[in-house]
Amino acid sequence: MTNLAEVTRKRVSKIHAGELSSATWVTAALFLILALFIIMNPAEFGTASNLSNIALDASILLVLAVGGTYVLITGGVDLSIGSVLVFSSVAGAKVMQHFGGAGGDAVIGGLAAALVAGAGWGFINGFVITRMRVAPLVVTLGTLGMALGFALMWAGGNDLQGVPPNLVYRFGLGNILPGIPAVATVAAFVALVAGVVLAWTKFGRYTYAIGSNSESSKRAGIAVDRHLIKVYMLGGLLAGLAGFLSLARFGTTSIAGHNLDNMNALTGVIIGGTSLYGGVGKVFGTVIGTLIPAVLQNGFVIAGLPPYWQQVAVGAVLIFAVYLDRARRDAELS
Amino acid sequence: MTASSPRVPLLEARGITKHFGGVEALRGADFTVFENEVVALIGDNGAGKSTLVKILSGAQPPTSGQILVEGVETKLRSATDARAAGIETVFQDLALAPQLDAVANLYLGRELQTRNRIFRAFGWLDHKAMRTNAEAVLTDLGVKIKDIRKPISALSGGQRQGVAVARAVNWSSKVVFMDEPTAALGVVQTRQVLDTIRRVRDSGKSVVLVSHNMDDILAVADRIEVLRLGQRVRVFTSAEATLNGLVAAMTGAPVTEGVK
Repeated sequence: MTNLAEVTRKRVSKIHAGELSSATWVTAALFLILALFIIMNPAEFGTASNLSNIALDASILLVLAVGGTYVLITGGVDLSIGSVLVFSSVAGAKVMQHFGGAGGDAVIGGLAAALVAGAGWGFINGFVITRMRVAPLVVTLGTLGMALGFALMWAGGNDLQGVPPNLVYRFGLGNILPGIPAVATVAAFVALVAGVVLAWTKFGRYTYAIGSNSESSKRAGIAVDRHLIKVYMLGGLLAGLAGFLSLARFGTTSIAGHNLDNMNALTGVIIGGTSLYGGVGKVFGTVIGTLIPAVLQNGFVIAGLPPYWQQVAVGAVLIFAVYLDRARRDAELS
Repeated sequence: MTASSPRVPLLEARGITKHFGGVEALRGADFTVFENEVVALIGDNGAGKSTLVKILSGAQPPTSGQILVEGVETKLRSATDARAAGIETVFQDLALAPQLDAVANLYLGRELQTRNRIFRAFGWLDHKAMRTNAEAVLTDLGVKIKDIRKPISALSGGQRQGVAVARAVNWSSKVVFMDEPTAALGVVQTRQVLDTIRRVRDSGKSVVLVSHNMDDILAVADRIEVLRLGQRVRVFTSAEATLNGLVAAMTGAPVTEGVK
């Protein structure tokens, strides 16, 4: 019996090594990039305030990408999250204006409106995908346009003001502890909870199972459609939260600033090792995959390089990440 | 009919018919599974084997006919109904999730949750208990997997079959259906699966083996029921079954009985 326990324990330690292996090298890549920039310009890049800036830059995208990770693991995709973020921030700003643009009512009302709006779009996505049997790519491409169109109409084509100043200065630009931005803390908490749920609960297990083989999952008695609707709602809910965080950080809806959010979030998810074919992925990978573009962006600016190089570099990292992951899997199977 | 037994069958199908539009896949088929036996269900292509298996595993409803579990008439409207009646099926495609490991597949849809009430409310899984039980079930059935945490896609065909069988055995209380379990396997792996089938029977459950492979059938079956054109045409005991006899019954050819 002790022998068996011993074997199990050894196996457990091996598991962790094995599970990390796909994420290990992206993590290594992140540290390599960080090290390079710090060596190049330690006085500016390596400072605590700059690193906390990077964390802040990545955090709104991370909240989006966490939802995207769940959706991608089910074998689907959600292209609408960027537009849903915009729609939710418009909904939040409208409610904040309604409450006079100040005070706790405005903050709580705005948060609730953003979350409900996000989850609502997620429900529409999930419902149409599962009940009307339209492919996720098509459905979320449709809602990408619809959410943005409605948001612009509702906002009258302009960015909305009316975000409570306290929300912006205390929370959006504020720190929980010196050097630790509040918004980044929220994003880290979201990632932590989502990562734990994915790895340790039935909800997470079903997310993997459906992405791996939805027909077998159905036969095994899993309510596949209902679970998928929940996953798309989670993606929408997190986009709503990201919309609220964006309001808090920028003090306005900044509609044009979120044009590429969906693609950037998806890029982070994929760099982090989540498979486009479903069944594989981890929130930890997404955290690293979201930080890499943020670090590159910041580093290039500080190094005085044209910031356009960031887009080039991230594109290359994306392709290379997927290539390495596939090569590793091929090696494992042969 | 041979060996008419006074025992109550574990599972019995009586006069099952199944129409697909104008096609009659089953025309009053009977089928019997007794306790603690391996019964082979054989028949030529189109004899209705797959349809009968689907009906008895709850995947399709019959057009008419009766299904009795331990002598009690039972409706199997879904796979869940069949499972509740103690019937599990290993489908030909195995129905595994390839990116998940053997443990997750064994417990797919029936995950063990932690006992702690608070964690349980969040759907917290009991990974340790599932792993320990899965290892025990796989070992009992002689399924050897070096690293139980590897995804199913990294396992051999025989190991995958082993996991699918182990899942069915683990959850069935009475009967395990296996649809062509050796069709995709090599010689050694086939022998392993046949060995597994014997172990399942020795553990007190019954196995229904659907196969085209006469060698496999003659090697493990205690009884053989033959379907032809949607009806049961013969039942053999293992003692009286011969290759020629089985083929003759399947094809309806003139019997070359007595050739042992």
